[in-house]
Amino acid sequence: MINFILNGEQVSSNSNQNERLLDVLRDEFRLTGAKCGCKEGECGACSVILDGKLVNSCMVAMGSIEDSTVTTIEGYSKTRRFQILSEAYAAVSAVQCGFCIPGMMLASECILAENPNPSEEDIRRGISGNLCRCTGYNAIVEAVGTAAKEGKGLW
Amino acid sequence: MIGNSVKKKDHDAKISGQASYVDDIVMEGMLYGKMLRSTKARARIKNIVLPEISDDYFIIDKDDVTGENKIHVVLEDMPVFPEDTVEYIGDPILMVVGPDRKEIARILSEIVVDYEELEPVFDVRKSEISFFHHNYNKGDVDCAFEEADRIITETFETGQQEQAYLETNGLIAYPQDGRIVVRGSMQCPYYVIGAVSKALGEEREDIRIIQDVTGGAFGGKEDYPSILACQVAVAAKKAERPVKYVFDRREDMEFTSKRHPSVCTYKASVKDGKVTGLDIHVIYNAGAYTTLTDVVLQRGLIGACGVYNIGNLRVTGDGMKTNTVPNGAMRGFGAPQTFFAIEMMMNHIAKSLCTDPLTFKEKHLVKQGDETSTRGKFHFQVPLPEMIERADQLSDFRKKHALYKSQTGRFRKGIGISMVYHGCGFTGNGERDIIKSVAKLRKNSDDTVELLISITDMGQGAKTTFTKIAADTLGIPLDRVTFNNPDTDRVPDSGPTVASRSIMVVGELIKRASEKLKAQWKPGEEQVIEEHYVHPDFMIPFDIKTFRGDAYPTYSWAVNVIEVEVDTLTAVTKVLGAWGVYDVGTPLDLNIVHGQLQGGFLQSIGYASMEQIGYNEKGVVRNHSFSDYIIPTAMDVPNLVTDLVEVPYAAGPYGAKGAGELPNVAPAPAYIDALENALQNRIQHIPYTQEDIMTYLQEVENG
Ligand code: FES
Ligand code: FES
Repeated sequence: MINFILNGEQVSSNSNQNERLLDVLRDEFRLTGAKCGCKEGECGACSVILDGKLVNSCMVAMGSIEDSTVTTIEGYSKTRRFQILSEAYAAVSAVQCGFCIPGMMLASECILAENPNPSEEDIRRGISGNLCRCTGYNAIVEAVGTAAKEGKGLW
Repeated sequence: MIGNSVKKKDHDAKISGQASYVDDIVMEGMLYGKMLRSTKARARIKNIVLPEISDDYFIIDKDDVTGENKIHVVLEDMPVFPEDTVEYIGDPILMVVGPDRKEIARILSEIVVDYEELEPVFDVRKSEISFFHHNYNKGDVDCAFEEADRIITETFETGQQEQAYLETNGLIAYPQDGRIVVRGSMQCPYYVIGAVSKALGEEREDIRIIQDVTGGAFGGKEDYPSILACQVAVAAKKAERPVKYVFDRREDMEFTSKRHPSVCTYKASVKDGKVTGLDIHVIYNAGAYTTLTDVVLQRGLIGACGVYNIGNLRVTGDGMKTNTVPNGAMRGFGAPQTFFAIEMMMNHIAKSLCTDPLTFKEKHLVKQGDETSTRGKFHFQVPLPEMIERADQLSDFRKKHALYKSQTGRFRKGIGISMVYHGCGFTGNGERDIIKSVAKLRKNSDDTVELLISITDMGQGAKTTFTKIAADTLGIPLDRVTFNNPDTDRVPDSGPTVASRSIMVVGELIKRASEKLKAQWKPGEEQVIEEHYVHPDFMIPFDIKTFRGDAYPTYSWAVNVIEVEVDTLTAVTKVLGAWGVYDVGTPLDLNIVHGQLQGGFLQSIGYASMEQIGYNEKGVVRNHSFSDYIIPTAMDVPNLVTDLVEVPYAAGPYGAKGAGELPNVAPAPAYIDALENALQNRIQHIPYTQEDIMTYLQEVENG
């Protein structure tokens, strides 16, 4: 049994120590917001927040997360911060195919959590571990900048 | 509503992680499939030894194909599963299907295939099999060459680009009430229905295709789902259970179709400082099977002289067989290869005449009323001159280009420009003779309206733009109009979601249907309106045999400028700025249009600078993951600007033309032009990578 906190709830998983967090989230907990884009730690589509840090869940072994706190897009989407970011993304139509977007949203959250007033360069660096093949990134970068302004005090 | 931007229809579902992509779907009793793929590039299969398998596992191969063992794309040369020879590394010999993926992997690892190896061909120049040959003429090329002051010949090569959509290819097939259903990630549900009914030997009525939320495609889900659908449908029919096949990244990068590599030889005659004739030979590397090569090649040939009015043309082209993965559609669809060649050719001719390339190009630009390469006509305004001015204003191109010519020192800057068109819609008479698109509107009794079309939203914003057209025309709020993912049981065949035809062609049908519905609107009643494609009557009929006539009703235009800085010590190149000026007619939604333009722009910078599938000498792909097939990140092109001029097209909805493919055509030649400006060299291939720059710098150093 591996115990951890998932989207604010204490849960336990029957999975093996060496299973990937991504697979467990998707298959066992049926949380499919984290997407599998590569399973090699390269694309960021599987991003989740683990103890406050953005991680590629495909590269996290279940054995390492005992007592940790995991937030997926499903949990994050219930927050006020998500609302602000979502509105900012919507205002510039930053969502195209959407496959990278749950990961991008969690990356956006981590950028703002670390620095509520990021520069464009900070934002670009912050999302550079998350690949997006559709948007050319401009809209996403702009959205994070807008959310920083609109959400003053929230981060 | 038209023009401005609205919140996208699928925003909430996608951003919250609720949208269901094929890999997110689990069905009762679902099995998984995995291919056993050829490890030889060309071989006869002498024997296959299978291990024991338990009852709920299945081996699916050619003997399970209940219809014809042929995949219907354009020709039908590709088998669902190979008969007795394999033609590339990755050719799917059979599929293992079962409930547990670890057990499937074990079974696969124990299968022994006995091959008799045959000689493969990897170098397209050595290939002796031309799948498709086309040629056409305009004017008198031989005469132009006889009268020329000089003749310049050059050969250009372009690489094999991977679409690299973030969601890999994936489908689920299952039996239902005596029929077979296939659902998943795809661009063209009616292509899939055609292929599956052939492979299963079932009537089209007994096949149902449903698109699920699709995580990007860029052409990579145009033909490929037809192939995979046949394979999973055969499996589901045999297993009598749902079978899901989702590619992992490596499998997708290695074994699904890509952009055709090309070798284009251009011979130009020049007289009195102008290009009078072009003799062009284009070779596209088709890979092992034909798939979409014929159509891709045609677009490449039609665009072979770019945006220039050249009186005398001879264009020949071949789609050649090699023993690599079959190449298919990728955004730009055959145009990026030849537009790269013509843009570089024009630059190089100008340089050899010691004139300024931009001024030289401007002297040759087509204008409204000019003949096209295929003796059609540019019926509408060609806004290139004002677009060039706009691009110059934004980027300060002319000044910088002159300034950067004579640099020394470690860091050198360069700026480049390119200009292209994209023929809007399907090539030739495809719309009129083959596609014959149909669109429907259903008004429900609660006065909401549903769009019934086979167009798919794969991220490009179709759901939003199409509903805007209907809502605006009907004069009802956007949330009263719905557009669900197509299900062939419910929607007519409006044709494929390709070639920048969706909005211009099917959007126009929706517009007309909406006008009709508005005129006949009966509150509280159910109504259905159907519209059929009508070919614009101004078009000069296109004849595919002679390549004569209007290949496209209209054109969208782009001028791109890219500025770079090269570190001549490390060969690292930074993109300092990238500007694109576009005419896509009336933009129906500004955000969506800019999103398309920016995304396409970045993909093309990748094409020019880093993206290339490589093979070893045995034909094994060397880079099949995001760690070695590198695509641009948010850090790569910080300064990317897109801008619009508008030449509305009367036969498109609200004046809209094609937008999606255009941005993928122009950036590569602009990028290379910029590198040449910085390095003062002559470049004839893309991608031109950091290694290429390093090699060049070393050559210069060694004299
Ligand atoms: S799926 Fe985890 S980084 Fe790509
Ligand atoms: S929106 Fe498609 S990959 Fe980012």
